[in-house]
Amino acid sequence: MSVDVAAIRRQFPILNRPINGKPLHYLDNGASAQVPQAVLDAVHAYETTSRANVLRGVHALAEAATEAYENARAEVAQFLGVPAEEVMFTGGCTAAINLVAHSYGSLLRPGDEIVLSELEHHSNIVPWYQLAQRAGLRLRPLPVTDEGRIDVAGLPQVVTERTRLISLAHVSNVTGAVLDVAAVVAAARAVGARVMLDGAQRAPHGPLDLPGLGIDFYAFAGHKAYGPNGIGVLWARKELLEAMPPFMGGGSMIGNVTFEAITWAPPPRRFEAGTPPIGPAIGLGAACRWMMEQDWTALGGHEMALTQRLMDGLAETSSARLIGPAGLQGRLPVISFVLDDIHPHDVAQILDSRGVAVRAGHHCAQPLMERFDISGTTRACIAPYNDTGDIDALIDGVRETVRRFA
Amino acid sequence: MNDALYHDRIVALAKSRTGAGRLPAPTASARRDNPLCGDRVTMDVRLEEGRIAEIAHEVRGCALCQAAAVALRSRAQGRPADDVPVLRQEIEDVLKGTAAGEGNFAAFTPVRAYRSRHDCVLLPFEALQAALNNS
Repeated sequence: MSVDVAAIRRQFPILNRPINGKPLHYLDNGASAQVPQAVLDAVHAYETTSRANVLRGVHALAEAATEAYENARAEVAQFLGVPAEEVMFTGGCTAAINLVAHSYGSLLRPGDEIVLSELEHHSNIVPWYQLAQRAGLRLRPLPVTDEGRIDVAGLPQVVTERTRLISLAHVSNVTGAVLDVAAVVAAARAVGARVMLDGAQRAPHGPLDLPGLGIDFYAFAGHKAYGPNGIGVLWARKELLEAMPPFMGGGSMIGNVTFEAITWAPPPRRFEAGTPPIGPAIGLGAACRWMMEQDWTALGGHEMALTQRLMDGLAETSSARLIGPAGLQGRLPVISFVLDDIHPHDVAQILDSRGVAVRAGHHCAQPLMERFDISGTTRACIAPYNDTGDIDALIDGVRETVRRFA
Repeated sequence: MNDALYHDRIVALAKSRTGAGRLPAPTASARRDNPLCGDRVTMDVRLEEGRIAEIAHEVRGCALCQAAAVALRSRAQGRPADDVPVLRQEIEDVLKGTAAGEGNFAAFTPVRAYRSRHDCVLLPFEALQAALNNS
């Protein structure tokens, strides 16, 4: 099925902006995706017609704001395939993982173990390292294959009777490899451990069925999924949330407060202390609605066709080496590569002069850089609004970079 | 714009790798990392009676960082160790656009427009100063 890319592009106003006198070829979607007009309209409507604080207010604007905020929660829940009361808005994906590390983590005991992997983003390493330091836990990293996948064959070596949680990237933010979730869930269930997925790089590629995955926690960021900045989502099973203490304290998350004793509100409010990021949450709800309105069978085919075109172009550049799966199976359109003797920042800078926006560096994944013995990569991440012109501009820029530094 | 950044002189400095490597018997050494981009510079220095007799640098970084290490070596060798802060101030002035820069430092004038790349140029200076502080 063909995709009318021009029609999609028209929904993203920023794509009309020239860069250095050239058309914008935005391929830094893995860092932040662009927002469609529908999201801008939803945020604008809140700010101009119903801006007020949520909950408790009885005036018309407060009612409208609360309704819009809770509707956004329902949109996110539908996108994830879960009940709305299991969805919490956070400040971002990092904040969501930190919430679990502090709250669920407080239930763990010295000697308990948490399984991570060598390819995790620092946001799925540092909170667990901090927890391990605080609580006397042990972190057990899963190895990564030469193809840039989490090596699930290593599960028997690192998952033990002391494992309480396995927290992994659903999709690598460097290699694009998709996790074999079923293998991880099976290993976790065998020892009674919980499974958390960092979905930051998966959520931008269409609706999910979290119950079908058999996991316990899921986190993703709004700004990578065509939503605003400053908003993220944590999903967790209700029975887990009800057993978890609050992370942050403040307004809205309490049942009753006295100086002698405080009771907590039920989830999700227990985990949303203070005034939430209302406008960004409404924008993320609109982004999830926008994603649910798309034909992801067609868009997925479109994204992977562009991925193949990019990998073919890199294959014709003798000094280029892919860091990640060489085929299209079990991967999403997150494509990292290195060029012999040319630093990724120099590649990205020259690409910028041609209007091509990519990311360069260690991608907050230093253990993975050590694994491949590289200082960084150049990374392109493809979104539905990308087209063949974007890929060809990237490949042309790579060839020019090689010529410049040859 | 970036054609101006990666002009021939910068590329030539970076590719020359003049002074790249390690000294067999340095008076002092230091390594500095840029945690934002992962660049890493190791500087070895050999001092003779307060003067910088020899510098060697090992750079795992971009062309700007490599070029800056070569340029710094070209300007610092033979000078008193106490002059390194003066050289640091000069390169900062070049990056601010308030000085033209002498010798190889002039090559970095176009970097002024790229604030995110200033640290790439400054990292070898920080490593050299740290090495001298260790001596």
